Amino acid sequence: MESVIFIVLAVGAVATALLMVVHRNPVIGALSLVATLFCMAGLFVLLNAHFLAAIQVLVYAGAIMVLFLFVIMLLNLRADELATGRKRFLQGAGVLAAAVMGALLVGLFSDGRSLWPAGVEEDYGGTQEVGRVLFTTYLLPFEVLSLLLLAAIIGAVVLAKRRLD
Amino acid sequence: MADLPVDIVSLVPPVAKIGFVLAVLMGIFAPVLGWLERKQSALMQDRIGANRADIFGLRLLGLFHPLADAVKVLFKEDFIPERAHRALHTLAPFLAFVPPLILYSVIPFGDTLILNGRDIPLVVADLDVGILFIFAIASLATYGTVLAGWASTSNYSFLGGLRASAQMVSYEVVMGLTIMGVLLSFESIRLTEIARAQGDLIHLFGLPIPKWGIVIQPVGFFMFFIAAIAETKRIPFDLPEGESELVAGYFTEYSGFKFLMFWMAEYIEMVVVAGMVTALFFGGWQIPYVTTGTFMSWFAGWGMGETSASILTSVIQVGAFWTKVAVFVFIQMSIRWTLPRFRYDQIMRLCWKMLLPISLLNIIVTGAVVLWLKG
Repeated sequence: MESVIFIVLAVGAVATALLMVVHRNPVIGALSLVATLFCMAGLFVLLNAHFLAAIQVLVYAGAIMVLFLFVIMLLNLRADELATGRKRFLQGAGVLAAAVMGALLVGLFSDGRSLWPAGVEEDYGGTQEVGRVLFTTYLLPFEVLSLLLLAAIIGAVVLAKRRLD
Repeated sequence: MADLPVDIVSLVPPVAKIGFVLAVLMGIFAPVLGWLERKQSALMQDRIGANRADIFGLRLLGLFHPLADAVKVLFKEDFIPERAHRALHTLAPFLAFVPPLILYSVIPFGDTLILNGRDIPLVVADLDVGILFIFAIASLATYGTVLAGWASTSNYSFLGGLRASAQMVSYEVVMGLTIMGVLLSFESIRLTEIARAQGDLIHLFGLPIPKWGIVIQPVGFFMFFIAAIAETKRIPFDLPEGESELVAGYFTEYSGFKFLMFWMAEYIEMVVVAGMVTALFFGGWQIPYVTTGTFMSWFAGWGMGETSASILTSVIQVGAFWTKVAVFVFIQMSIRWTLPRFRYDQIMRLCWKMLLPISLLNIIVTGAVVLWLKG
């Protein structure tokens, strides 16, 4: 049962990711990415990382991608505007993706350890567990990240305001 | 990891619960609300309202109108504009309609039912992530409206879709922040635990008062209710479908059953909002001063067995929950027929410059008080 769900989600994630790259219509592309993120969230649930799954859908699928879609709709591009420079871009992106993929595979298999981590507690992906770890062991990275986000917010406000003035 | 349970007996309670929730939403709320909204608006505007549909001369206060509407809508032509994106135009109503239905799976409608020694929690899925699940799924409903606006290739629809996306993304932020106070106060994000904790009493000036969310988080309640109404895109926040300027906004180009899906999605969203308000701020299934234990001991005193006492208790509490939900749905409808529509800049100012700072302040104050009470 679990492997059936895994296969459905994994195939779905790869297929929608491919569709996102291949399809010409940017709105379909954005929607495919949403579907990919949704499948990934399902995979997280299978790994007992419930909190991560909820956040994945909430932040990426629900908020960031809606903004993407909003911007794509606002630009309202025509079909002929989309085609220019597409092939070159795809070639570059393909090379980059292949390099990253290769590096990941080499890293995974050259490592002597098993691919699968040692057994973890049943609730390690729960909200409480994630919260505890974030505010104890990883407090400093967490706070640094929040500072980074704050800087980004202020930057966005400054940039938008310059346009308005 | 253990395999998922697949034996038939353990599947019966979840399927029964899903069936019950769907039956209440689709069988009672969705059709009756359409009738209720017409009747209420008629009453408030001193008209007679829907009373024409009859079966063999029987009119029953116009209660047959939902049936007549459903039949009419089923036989209408399903029209897709020529230049519309056909696939997305069809997908959009489903994306708008399904998320609100899923949301009810984590809202508890009763306490634990004990059947022959088996505990059955009266919630479809008691998830660890609880309220996060609600926000995650609710945020997906935006796609339905945005895509409907885009895929129709009509200027009215498009403007409606743009307005909807900006409005829903903005108010989602506020909605999430306003309930932080409740989560902090009850120290849980599980809706079942929050509802159960509201059965306790707190003593205010020597008076025992139910520890309902509204008592300890009044500011949070009002802001959450405002943000939630904005999220359902109903008056006074119905800019995305403002009929005086955009015909019907994002669903202008829809007809027949797809139109009905948007229409029902709105009603179910209202019921979801009422359910969340009930579970978070008005004690869920709890009846003030009478806990599940009290009910059980009363019924046991009348010579009932554990199972029958539990069934009776659950019937009363589930009834209490749906009654509260119905009250909040009625309040939302009254608001619709009372207030005029905001201007768009007013909506945005209300969200970012008023609700957001107040909700942030609410979090800080609540956190400080919770820490102080703990010593």
